[in-house]
Amino acid sequence: MYHGLHLIPHDTRIDFMRYHKITFAFSLIMVVGSILLIAFKGLNFGVDFAGGILMEVTAPEPADLGKLRSQLEQLSLGEAALQQFGKPETVLIRLQHQAYSPQDLAAAADKLKTERKGISKDELDRLAPVYAEQEAQQRAIAAVKTALGPGYTYDRTEFVGPKVGSELIHDAILATALALFGIMLYVWFRYEWQFGVNCLVALFHDCITTVGLFALIGWQFDLTTVAAVLTIAGYSVNDTVVIYDRIREELRRYKKMPLGELLSMSINRTLSRTVMTSGLTLLSVLAILFFGGEVLRGFALAMTWGIVIGTYSTICVASPMLIYMNLRRDKVGTLRPDAEKAASRP
Amino acid sequence: MVNFSKWQTWLTLAILVLGIIFAAPNLLTQQQADALPGWLPHGRINLGLDLQGGSHLLFQVDIDAVVRERLESAKDSLRDVLRKNTINYTGLAVANDTVTAQLTDPSTRDHVLSLLRDSPIGVTVQADDSGKLTGSFSDQEIRQLKGQIIEQSIEIVRRRIDLEGVREPTIIRQGDDRIIVQLPGVGDPTHLQELIGKTAKMTFHFVSNQIAGPSQQKPTNLPPGTIALPSKDGGFEVIETRVILTGENLLDAQAGTHPTNGRPIVNFEFDSSGARKFARATTDGVGRRFAIVLDNEVISAPRINEPIPGGRGFIEGQFTPQQTHDLAVQLRAGALPAPLTVLEKRTVGAELGADSIATGKLASVMGLALVVVAVLITYGLFGVFTNIALMFNFILLVASMSLLQATLTLPGIAGMVLSLGIAVDANVLIHERIREEIRAARRPVMAIDAGYRHAFWTIFDSHLTTIISSGFLWMFGSGTVKGFAVTLILGTIISLFTAVVVTRLQIVLWLRRARPQVLPI
Repeated sequence: MYHGLHLIPHDTRIDFMRYHKITFAFSLIMVVGSILLIAFKGLNFGVDFAGGILMEVTAPEPADLGKLRSQLEQLSLGEAALQQFGKPETVLIRLQHQAYSPQDLAAAADKLKTERKGISKDELDRLAPVYAEQEAQQRAIAAVKTALGPGYTYDRTEFVGPKVGSELIHDAILATALALFGIMLYVWFRYEWQFGVNCLVALFHDCITTVGLFALIGWQFDLTTVAAVLTIAGYSVNDTVVIYDRIREELRRYKKMPLGELLSMSINRTLSRTVMTSGLTLLSVLAILFFGGEVLRGFALAMTWGIVIGTYSTICVASPMLIYMNLRRDKVGTLRPDAEKAASRP
Repeated sequence: MVNFSKWQTWLTLAILVLGIIFAAPNLLTQQQADALPGWLPHGRINLGLDLQGGSHLLFQVDIDAVVRERLESAKDSLRDVLRKNTINYTGLAVANDTVTAQLTDPSTRDHVLSLLRDSPIGVTVQADDSGKLTGSFSDQEIRQLKGQIIEQSIEIVRRRIDLEGVREPTIIRQGDDRIIVQLPGVGDPTHLQELIGKTAKMTFHFVSNQIAGPSQQKPTNLPPGTIALPSKDGGFEVIETRVILTGENLLDAQAGTHPTNGRPIVNFEFDSSGARKFARATTDGVGRRFAIVLDNEVISAPRINEPIPGGRGFIEGQFTPQQTHDLAVQLRAGALPAPLTVLEKRTVGAELGADSIATGKLASVMGLALVVVAVLITYGLFGVFTNIALMFNFILLVASMSLLQATLTLPGIAGMVLSLGIAVDANVLIHERIREEIRAARRPVMAIDAGYRHAFWTIFDSHLTTIISSGFLWMFGSGTVKGFAVTLILGTIISLFTAVVVTRLQIVLWLRRARPQVLPI
């Protein structure tokens, strides 16, 4: 009879707690490093957040980036970032948000004055820049299209105003913070406050190092990346909850076992599941990475990192931290009826 | 956990069959799906703009402009009321969202207030003892006004897009003062953006006969009741502020060509009350010039040669055929209460969309294939059960998305793949736990029972936390990210069902038939 593949022998006994001080230090360095990187090197915000213009164009023949760049430079539209995107013919053109000229502003003001009689000075000062800006973006897109000439196809054009961009950043931060907080509350409710706090620390660790990685490598950070960060949070908490569940169960069963030993045992007993799940999720993410096309590449890269860091943080951060949390072992697990039963088992 | 009553078994099977039925239309083309008999489900998953190509526009409605306009007109009404009743006042003005005026004689205060009660001017006016009048909107009025303006704007935008013949547009309100317009299949929205965003407020006035003809310089020292507006032909026209007719009186407007000189024009027709007013005005004003004003610009000011009784006319000006077409559409759809500005614009070409579907499919199929093989190698027969459950996970996800008419975006495909990962995890948790229970020397039935019992809460917790985080993503995410959150939430809920029920049902049915002494896991 085929009994399947047992990748991790069931009697594996790795002393995960032994090196926890080293992993704590390592994590601390990563977190602080990430914060410093984000603060000083900064993130390469995509148009979603920074505002500006993004065009994905396909040339009739393999695109010559150098030639394209010099063509675009003549338009004096500010710095144009060019990037090969998937096929050799396809190029991403990223333009900064276009500043408007005094002439734009004057034209917009004239237009407003005629469109709205009796417009007040305040109103004019408020609206004229908005109109001028819009005009400037339109003109930039049109200028690029004229400069490239016929033969190009425009696969994608995105224009995001600076106001929307900052709102999107705000919403993204809010979504992440609320999600982390919500998860913490849930874990607190299901276990003990110590578990909730540790979980939050581990999640913060995962999210901030992911963002830090983006700052380090300079990958574009956009809305899809935020989705990836939140998914990483979800994945990591999934991982953490599985091991916490086991820790709680073992705490009820082995009341006298030293905590460090018990934590290590819990991790060992769930290790084959951890390896299986991480491995399988990694497989599907790698499929997205290699076959999902350029648009999803950033997402898949973030997820690959997230699976690794999420698994690491559960084993090396969230669990060992319990040693220092003054856990009241008699209280743990009373919420769950079947834990009682498990505890009374020989 | 190893008991399945008859009705539980049948209920589960019924859900699975329903899943297949609701997912099936996605295998058909649109025509085939439409041809299905009415009692069969034919909802299909909508493809997001990033997959089918099209344009996404985010408009800001300039509501403050309307509030100001309303205040201006309240100011005019107040002036009329005071003048008609020969009440002296000074300093009539609009400032800081209020209309203010100072009565010369404070004792006329009560009289003025009672006059305003009889002929309201749109704002609530209050007066203090010194005779200072202040009129403003209450917060509730402002809220109501804003709601009204945005609803009205959406309606007008929808009519304009419909008249332009764009198929299946999505027009939704976002927040207090924004409108999202999604136009599938529109590769270059520049023209539509112009068409949608213009207020297209049209009014008809007499040209003032106290000042001779159009002038190049903006005239000063205008007689009361007149205003100078720029003319499309250049220069300025001085027109009477009194509005004779507005675009709201129009019944129809069509682009056409001038009968004699062949230039592009817009033919229009008034409704019956408009036609009457138009006939009276053209009878009274023979020999005068009649100004057609669009968004505070004089488009044309033809001389009235004879009364026009039928309520029909045309607008002539420096137009291209495209412009007359747009103007006709805008006039038929009605004027926007407030101008719209574009905050965000995203366009995806149809070709890129098709590419994205292809790569998305490839990634899903490859991911699924890798997982299926790995599960099979690791868990043997139990792996087969898991893979069947995974297949149903996918089918049910497609079915529920079709049922909810959810939109599939490219990140949504990633969400699907990820939710399959979560479903796999649930199965792995159970199988690993069963293995542990076997090592604890339990008999097969007991091992499976204990395995499920112990794994259930772990699975429940891990699924719920995923739902919590993707719920926030759904609430605060925008556009394609929302699509990702929706698929992930649905996929997670379904995964809970397939892992706990579908896999278990298979194992239980197998246990009953095979009665194994040793579990093949």
